[in-house]
Amino acid sequence: MAPADNDRVVSTLPEGLWSQPQPTGVPDFGSDAEEVQRLRLPASMRYRFTPGKAMTRYLEGLKEKKFLGERCPVTGDVYIPPRGMSPVVGLPTTEQVEVGPKGSIASFCVVHIGFGEKAPPTPFVSALVLLDGAAVSTYGTLLEVPIEDVRIGMRVEPVWVPDEELTYSAENVTHWRPIDEPDVAPETLKGHF
Amino acid sequence: MANQESTEVLSAPLVIEYPFLRTTGPVIGAFLTGLREQRVLAIRDTAGRVVCPPVEYDPESGAPLTEMVEVGTEGEITSWSWVSAIRDGQPLQKPHALAMIKLDGADTSMLHVVDAAAPGDVTTGARVRIRWADEPEGLITDIACFELTGGTTPQHGGTTPQQGGN
Repeated sequence: MAPADNDRVVSTLPEGLWSQPQPTGVPDFGSDAEEVQRLRLPASMRYRFTPGKAMTRYLEGLKEKKFLGERCPVTGDVYIPPRGMSPVVGLPTTEQVEVGPKGSIASFCVVHIGFGEKAPPTPFVSALVLLDGAAVSTYGTLLEVPIEDVRIGMRVEPVWVPDEELTYSAENVTHWRPIDEPDVAPETLKGHF
Repeated sequence: MANQESTEVLSAPLVIEYPFLRTTGPVIGAFLTGLREQRVLAIRDTAGRVVCPPVEYDPESGAPLTEMVEVGTEGEITSWSWVSAIRDGQPLQKPHALAMIKLDGADTSMLHVVDAAAPGDVTTGARVRIRWADEPEGLITDIACFELTGGTTPQHGGTTPQQGGN
């Protein structure tokens, strides 16, 4: 099978592609018959995903370009995406709270091996964004900034898909980008991953 | 803002797919190359048996195996079961047999699909031949399926009757 363009060599053995001995008795298939060396075996699982009531509320918010978290009735922390209960005390969340849309980079890493159809060109920055008012961070891609300028505490905003493409999906946010606001102190982000 | 009860809980298809790409190694690579060229390769194990599909290591001693031999594109059904409920991704999208097939010249059987109209058409010992895929790719699915030749192999001893076809 001809390798696809995005195939990469991830490792090689010193003696070649593999260390097993070459078999004998293989017929001559002709000079232009390329030996099969790799095969693509995609495995897929098909589900019908039901997010539940709390996540449905959150996804309905995303469709309106709103980040809707839910508040723990005991600690007051706002969780997003909400799961319908406080992960700390186990009680149902009772109050819906809009957070963000601005936030701060709580953590990040530089990605050198991207995967998936929507992965940006490598290297790029994956980041945890602590939305203003939220207790936990949101995962996203940080673009429109040189990688060496990215830092914890940096202020960012979401970039949304065009309004006509908004749907019930976290992919409504194509990426995050820096805004011209002073950094927050990194210490204030501790414990909010 | 108070919690609003949604009138409807969302639901959507979710597909999780792993794009596995694996190397074949020289033995399986030769087997798959053969299939692409409409030929079937097996391998001789330490005891002298012809194993098809080929394995890379001896089933008993674990020693590397290297002596590949070509076997036939016809064979006999040594065991089978009927598949009446079809799922996505199965090789034939209609009821069919899953069978262990011992190709001529091989001492072991391989699992594949037999295109038969009804379970009554399938018997242990029935002769089958390979129906090749229209566009071979170097995959086991280059064998689109096996089809019945109409003949049978005597259950005990005797010679294999010559059947028509290739």
